[in-house]
Amino acid sequence: MSEETISRRGLLMKVGILFNGLVATALAVPIVGFVLSSVTRGRANAYLSWVPLGPVSEFPEGETRLATFRNPYVTPSDGKTVETACWVRRVAGEEFQVFAVNCAHLGCPVRWFPQSGLFMCPCHGGAYYRDGSRASGPPERGLFEYPHKVKDGVVTIQAGELPTPGSPTASLLGKKPPCAGGNDLVSIQGSLRASSETSPSLGKKKSWS
Amino acid sequence: MVLIARIGQWFDRRLQLAAPIREAAEHPVPRNTASWFYVFGSAALTVFLLQLVTGILLALIYVPSASEAWNSLQALNHDVTLGWFIRAMHGWGSNFMVAIVLIHMVQVFLFGAYKFPRELTWIIGVFLLLMTLGMAFSGQVLRFDQDAYWGLGIGASIASRVPIVGPVIVKLMLGGPIIAGATLSRFFALHVFVIPGMLIGFVCLHLLMVLKLGINEWPMPGRLVKRATYTSEYHELTKKDGAPFVPYAVWKDLFFAAFILLAVAACAVYFGPFGPTGRPDPTIIQTVPKPDYFFLWLYGLLSYLPPSMETPALLIGPVVVIAFLVLLPFLSGEGEKSWRRRPIAVLTVLLIAIILGTLTHLAGYTPWSPHMNAWSGDSVPDKFLHGSTALQRQGALVFQVKQCRNCHSLGESGGQRGPALDSVAVRLTQDELIRQVIQGGGNMPAYGKNLSPAETTALVAFLETLHPAGQTPARDAALGEAQEKSASAQ
Repeated sequence: MSEETISRRGLLMKVGILFNGLVATALAVPIVGFVLSSVTRGRANAYLSWVPLGPVSEFPEGETRLATFRNPYVTPSDGKTVETACWVRRVAGEEFQVFAVNCAHLGCPVRWFPQSGLFMCPCHGGAYYRDGSRASGPPERGLFEYPHKVKDGVVTIQAGELPTPGSPTASLLGKKPPCAGGNDLVSIQGSLRASSETSPSLGKKKSWS
Repeated sequence: MVLIARIGQWFDRRLQLAAPIREAAEHPVPRNTASWFYVFGSAALTVFLLQLVTGILLALIYVPSASEAWNSLQALNHDVTLGWFIRAMHGWGSNFMVAIVLIHMVQVFLFGAYKFPRELTWIIGVFLLLMTLGMAFSGQVLRFDQDAYWGLGIGASIASRVPIVGPVIVKLMLGGPIIAGATLSRFFALHVFVIPGMLIGFVCLHLLMVLKLGINEWPMPGRLVKRATYTSEYHELTKKDGAPFVPYAVWKDLFFAAFILLAVAACAVYFGPFGPTGRPDPTIIQTVPKPDYFFLWLYGLLSYLPPSMETPALLIGPVVVIAFLVLLPFLSGEGEKSWRRRPIAVLTVLLIAIILGTLTHLAGYTPWSPHMNAWSGDSVPDKFLHGSTALQRQGALVFQVKQCRNCHSLGESGGQRGPALDSVAVRLTQDELIRQVIQGGGNMPAYGKNLSPAETTALVAFLETLHPAGQTPARDAALGEAQEKSASAQ
C-alpha cells in the first residue's frame, strides 16, 4: 500500500465526514424549526385574540363572578383543557376588571370569597383584595388582569396564553402594577364606612362558550 | 441436555458472549462487600426493569391525548382486567424507584464510593437520579388529572421566571400557549421515549464502570485513598481476600430484588393505583392541587421561602445543588472513605434528610394554606360562646362569615395560616385588635374595606373574650382603668 493511496482514502474519509456534516446542518434547520414551532408561532402575541365572556347584564354591579371562555387557539386533541375560567369584577357601569384564575405565585386557581372580599389560593396561601392587588402570602404581585373592553354590550377580553409570572403577556395583562401599595394602609375612619360592595350572596358560576 | 449444550455452542460460536459474561459474573469482589448494604444498586435496576415492563403494558391501553387520557385511565382502573393492578404496580414502582435511588446514593456517599477512581460512576449516578426524578414528574403529568394540570401550571410558573428566555421555555414545555393537547403529547414523548432511552444508556455505562473499576471495597477507618496507589491496593485486596461475585455476593442481590418486587406488589394490591383525581378541566377551580410524594418537600419549600428569595432560590438553587453533586468527587476524591471518620458527611446527610422529611411532613397537612371551607364548615366551640353577650355572638358570626376561620383556628379547627386565636385577647389589647383587623399586616390582609363599623365592633368584642379562664386580657397600661371601661362600653 503506497502512501499516495492512504492519503487518498484519508481524504475521501474527510470529504465524507464533511459531506455528512453539511447534510446534518441542512437537516438541523427544519428539525430545530419544528421543535421551536410552539415558540415561533406565538411571536408578537399571535396566540392572543379577543374572546367574548357574555353580556354586561350577566355581571351584577359590585360583584365578582366566575366566567368561562374557550381559548382562541385550539388543537384537535385538547379536550376540556381549552375551557378557561376567569374572575369578572364589575366595578360599576361599564367599568370592569377581569382577573386570571391563576395565582400570580405559581398558577394555582384562586377562589373568590365575596363575604371577606378576598381571593384566596389553596396552594401556598396567597391572598388578594377585590381589586386584584396582593393582600398577603407568597405572591410578589397582584392577580393577572386580562385586557378587556365592552363591545355592543358584551364583555370581551384579550386572552390566549397561560398567564405566568415571567411571561411578557403577564406584564401586558396587568396594565397597572397591581401590587403597588398592595397592603395599602386604610385609615380607620375611611374603613368604618360601610362597604356597599359587601354582598352575602356567593358568586354564581356562569359559563359561555 | 446434549442437545441444549450443542444449541448453546452454536449460538456462542456466532455471538461469542459466553466468555465475557462468565468473566463478568465471576470477577472477584472483596469478600466483605457481599453485604446487605450493597444491594441497593441492583434493587434500583430491578425496579427500573419492572417500570419498563409495566410501562409498556400500560401503553397498550393508555391514550396520550388531552381529551382521552383521563378516560383511558378510568378504563384501566375499572374495565380492563387487572388494569388497576398494573397501574398500581407502575405507580408504586415509581415511588420505590425514587426511594431506592436515594438510599443507594446515600450509601455510596457514606461509604466514600464516589472517590478515585469511581468519580465518573458517581457523576453518571447523579444524572440517573435527575432522570429518575424527571420520570417521576413526567409520569405524574401522564396521569392527566387535576393535579397533573395544575402541577404543569406550577412548572410553567417556575420556568417562566428564568430571565430573558423564561417565556420561550414555557412555550417549549407546554408545546403551545396553554396547557393542552400538545403539552400531554410532549410529556408522553419525554416519559416514554426520551428519558427512558437516556436512562437505559446511562444505566449501561454505570454498570460497565462498576464492572471495570470493581465494586467499592468495604471502607476501613484509616485506609486512605491515594491516586498513586489505590488501583494496585484494590487489586491486591481482591486477589488476597476476593471471591467471585457469582455466587458469593449475588445471592443477597437476588433476595433483595425479589423482596422489593414483592413489596411493590403488596403496596399495589393493598393501596391500589394512584388516582386519577378529577378531570383536567380548568374551569373546575374547586381543587387543591398537590404534587406526588417525592415533590412534596418542594411544595413546602415554596410556601416558606420569602417572596423576594423565591425566584433566585428556584433558579440558582438547583444549579448549585447539581454542580455540587457533580463536583463532589473532585473536591474530595482522595482520603478517608469510612463514614466513621467523616462526621461532616454524616451530619450533611442527616441535615438534608431532616429538612426534606420535615418539609414533606408539613406538606402532608399544609399549615400554610387557608382551609377553604372552614368558615362555613367548622363550628365555633361551645366554650367560646358560653355566657356571651348578643354583641359577642354577633362577633362570632362575623368571624365565621368573613372567613377569618379559613386562616385562624379556634379550638384546634380552622386554618393554620395565621396564629390560633384561642387566647388572642391575652396578646392584643382592644386597640391592637381593631388595628390588626382593619389594617392587617404581618401577612394578614386588611379587612378595613370589608367590615362595617358595626361588624368591626362586634368582631373585636368577640375576640376580646378569647382568653383562658382566669387569665386577664391584655390591657393598655397607658389608659386608666376607668377610661378603659368607658372605651369598651362604647
